[in-house]
Amino acid sequence: MKPDSKFREIDPQGDQVTVRFGSTELRLPQGENLAGALLAAGVMPFRHTPVSGAPRGPFCMMGACFDCLLEIEGVNRQACMVQVSAGMEIGMPSTDGATDA
Amino acid sequence: MGPQMHSTDLIVIGAGPAGMSAARRAAESGLSVLVLDEQPTPGGQIYRDVDRASKTRGPILGKDFTDGRTLTQGLLHENITHLRGAVVWQIEDGTRVAFSQDGKGALAVGKRILLATGALERPMPLPGWTLPGVMTAGAAQILLKQSGIACERAVLVGSGPLLYLVAAQMVRAGVPPLALVETQTKSDLAKSMRHFGGALRGWPYLVKGLRMLWDLRRAGVIRHVGASQIAVEGNQTASGVTFRIGATEHHIVCDTVLLHHGVVPNTQAARSIDIPHRWNDTQSCFVPVCDEWGRTAVSTVFIAGDGAGIGGAKAAALAGEIAALEIACDLDTMTKKDRDAAARLLQRGLEAERAARPFIDSAYPPYAGALTPSDDTIICRCEEVTAGDIRRMAGLGCLGPNQTKAFGRAGMGPCQGRFCGLSVTQILSDTNKIPPDATGYYRVRPPLKPVTLGEIAALAE
Amino acid sequence: MTSDYAIIGGGIVGLSTAWGLLKRGLRVTVLDGDDGSFRASRGNFGLVWVQSKGMNQPRYAQWSQESAAAWAGFAAELSDATGHDVGLEQNGGYDLHFSEESLETTVEKYEILKEKLGGNYPYEVLGHNALRLEEPAIGSKVVGAILHHQDGHANPLKLLRALADDVRRLGGVILNGKHVTSVDKTDLFRIRCADGTEVRARKTVLSAGLGAVTLGPMMGFAAPIRPQRGQVMITEKLPKFINRPSLIARQVDEGGIQIGATNEEVGLDDTVTQPGLSGLAANAIAAYPALAKAQLVRSWGALRILSPDGLPIYQESPEMPGAYLVTCHSGITLAAAHARFLPDWLEGSNAAPNLEVFSETRFKVS
Repeated sequence: MKPDSKFREIDPQGDQVTVRFGSTELRLPQGENLAGALLAAGVMPFRHTPVSGAPRGPFCMMGACFDCLLEIEGVNRQACMVQVSAGMEIGMPSTDGATDA
Repeated sequence: MGPQMHSTDLIVIGAGPAGMSAARRAAESGLSVLVLDEQPTPGGQIYRDVDRASKTRGPILGKDFTDGRTLTQGLLHENITHLRGAVVWQIEDGTRVAFSQDGKGALAVGKRILLATGALERPMPLPGWTLPGVMTAGAAQILLKQSGIACERAVLVGSGPLLYLVAAQMVRAGVPPLALVETQTKSDLAKSMRHFGGALRGWPYLVKGLRMLWDLRRAGVIRHVGASQIAVEGNQTASGVTFRIGATEHHIVCDTVLLHHGVVPNTQAARSIDIPHRWNDTQSCFVPVCDEWGRTAVSTVFIAGDGAGIGGAKAAALAGEIAALEIACDLDTMTKKDRDAAARLLQRGLEAERAARPFIDSAYPPYAGALTPSDDTIICRCEEVTAGDIRRMAGLGCLGPNQTKAFGRAGMGPCQGRFCGLSVTQILSDTNKIPPDATGYYRVRPPLKPVTLGEIAALAE
Repeated sequence: MTSDYAIIGGGIVGLSTAWGLLKRGLRVTVLDGDDGSFRASRGNFGLVWVQSKGMNQPRYAQWSQESAAAWAGFAAELSDATGHDVGLEQNGGYDLHFSEESLETTVEKYEILKEKLGGNYPYEVLGHNALRLEEPAIGSKVVGAILHHQDGHANPLKLLRALADDVRRLGGVILNGKHVTSVDKTDLFRIRCADGTEVRARKTVLSAGLGAVTLGPMMGFAAPIRPQRGQVMITEKLPKFINRPSLIARQVDEGGIQIGATNEEVGLDDTVTQPGLSGLAANAIAAYPALAKAQLVRSWGALRILSPDGLPIYQESPEMPGAYLVTCHSGITLAAAHARFLPDWLEGSNAAPNLEVFSETRFKVS
């Protein structure tokens, strides 16, 4: 858990596994909700909008808003609908509108 | 190898309280049931991941949450096939459902379909609401329930009992919110008093509500009531909230802003099969038209739970059972007499559950500022279309959301209008001075959720 | 208040025509339907297309070419006036083929048409490898393509919006949410709507798409048109990987890949079907295999307005002179022609294009 994290894990459970987010390696709890795990690990933003490049992160956590879209194993998917598994390859979505791309 | 094809009596879409309860009752009546749920574990949103979370976080989340285990256990019946992670993307002819599971396309055919897709947070457009660090109160609750993650330095903004529930759960988790910024006014409370009789009939909710408020008071959680002109501050992420109470301007520095001003039926699936809806003025939302059993104008399709009208988890479970009784009757595994006998008790329970609703809706109305957003407020989050854009579109002759969508792209993004639909209808209605019912809503088409072309192609003959 | 022209139907055909008339200083009122109307203009594919048109009627091929040639100027003028770029790209388009036989058959037909057009039909045949140089993402099942240099595409919704904007700016009156119930003529046309609105005009253009089925006979037209459903799909926004459009797929200016389209005779049914979508998806993946991983985010069905031979109808009413039927299924391609050249035909000026072959009488309707 990062020192100035905006999110606190109140009862860390389960084994940690290694995943890759872009070029960074992260240790996340196995089987947990991916969006939640990434938030707790300090990942923010998740993506930049294709329209204006504005930063976005998870908003609804229930698969309705699509603001938590990430490229997961080559397909753009909602991180809040996916569970952490060892060796996952994660990145910003392929349509990321980052202005410094 | 061709796609998987499931044939069943009843297809239930959604494993929340309504879906789980309906599935059980239908199964006990001798029907085969296929439950399709997009989540990896049953419970819907209100009982999210309850099987696992009860064990570790039960005390924090409360008995109302852990009670959900009865329903999840109810899915373990030999007549019920529960498919997890099954994402429905199309419903056709009132009997066929195309869905995707583990990246593979599949089809299901049922004699009856029950839509139990629950509710969504009512969209609450504010300046700055798209910044990272802004989430719904429901999202914060899901993080707590499912992942044991609490938001540090958070401010809850809006109105409604869920705000208090989430705050109370955060307090119990040891991470209390910095403050509550509540939009309901004393005048709202005064007006709601004429519904107080109903509130008394639904007294368990009243008691729960008062207890939560007491817990918050004891924990020293600051409540700012009667707030307006609310905005989220921040550059790349949320860094604070500003608001006004009376003539005083307030500013709270925070890391997370949690929004909530009620939930509304998730009408996406119902709309996609052209089920008629009507506007509910008190709740500022569209509600599908159903009979007392939940049957819609598409005679093989039923709706139960919050998706048919907001009533909460217990009401949803009762409505699910009621729908299942009628479906069993339809399919000749139950007589009308038995159906009516069983339904009587359930319907009384439903009335009791709904008794407090008018009071709650009146005491905690939607935040007016979000229903009449400033021109520069983003309304369509996906395509970044502002309220001003939509008002301009009305000026270009757009009488309804579909022309507005065509001209301005609002509603064309991946969320398919879930978070902007009601706002767009509201703004058009206000600008054109045409009631919401006549203004209409987005035409909803498949896919209900994005699905890869490969999965769709796999279903081609 | 009397207009020079009352235009019944505010879709792409009505608005393009209105725009052209307004540019000539005429007073125009447009009567448009409501939010839920069928509106082919909201559902089309967005191609500005020349190839494969008028294979049996060279004049139609020519009319399409004239429109395509005028499109850039039309788009620029709209853009300058409204600030809305309609996303026109005219870098050529493909007819993709999955068999050598179909490719050869089509080339033969194109050669015949080319001769009738005096050689003005600039196309080339690309074998798979040559096509792959132009379209690296093309699939191995595509044996080749016909690249026609007069083809292109635009953003039809931006076009609609720009027209709605500019028609108003030019002083056109657009009345939305109107259902025309009757049209009669004494010295002027009087058009009445369900809500009591009345419009009077010197002349009337019926460009109401499928609405011509009921309104046409009232105005002395046979209007032998029928609906034909086209289902269309669009994916999430993706990095650019399709360079030129074809009827199977094109990458729109917003980034999504648009995939089309079915041709179904199902009456007034614009719903989308799973078999329809599955067929389109399979075809698109055969052409561009990378699409298998692309997410579908939207689909729609729209009803084309088809005459018996698929060609436009431009007809003055024999019973009500001054009333004109204008209908076609290539509203985007022909938008420039409707804006630039059709007004001359409506006004009967010296510059009027020859549209004889598009008269209703060709159907020998009794």
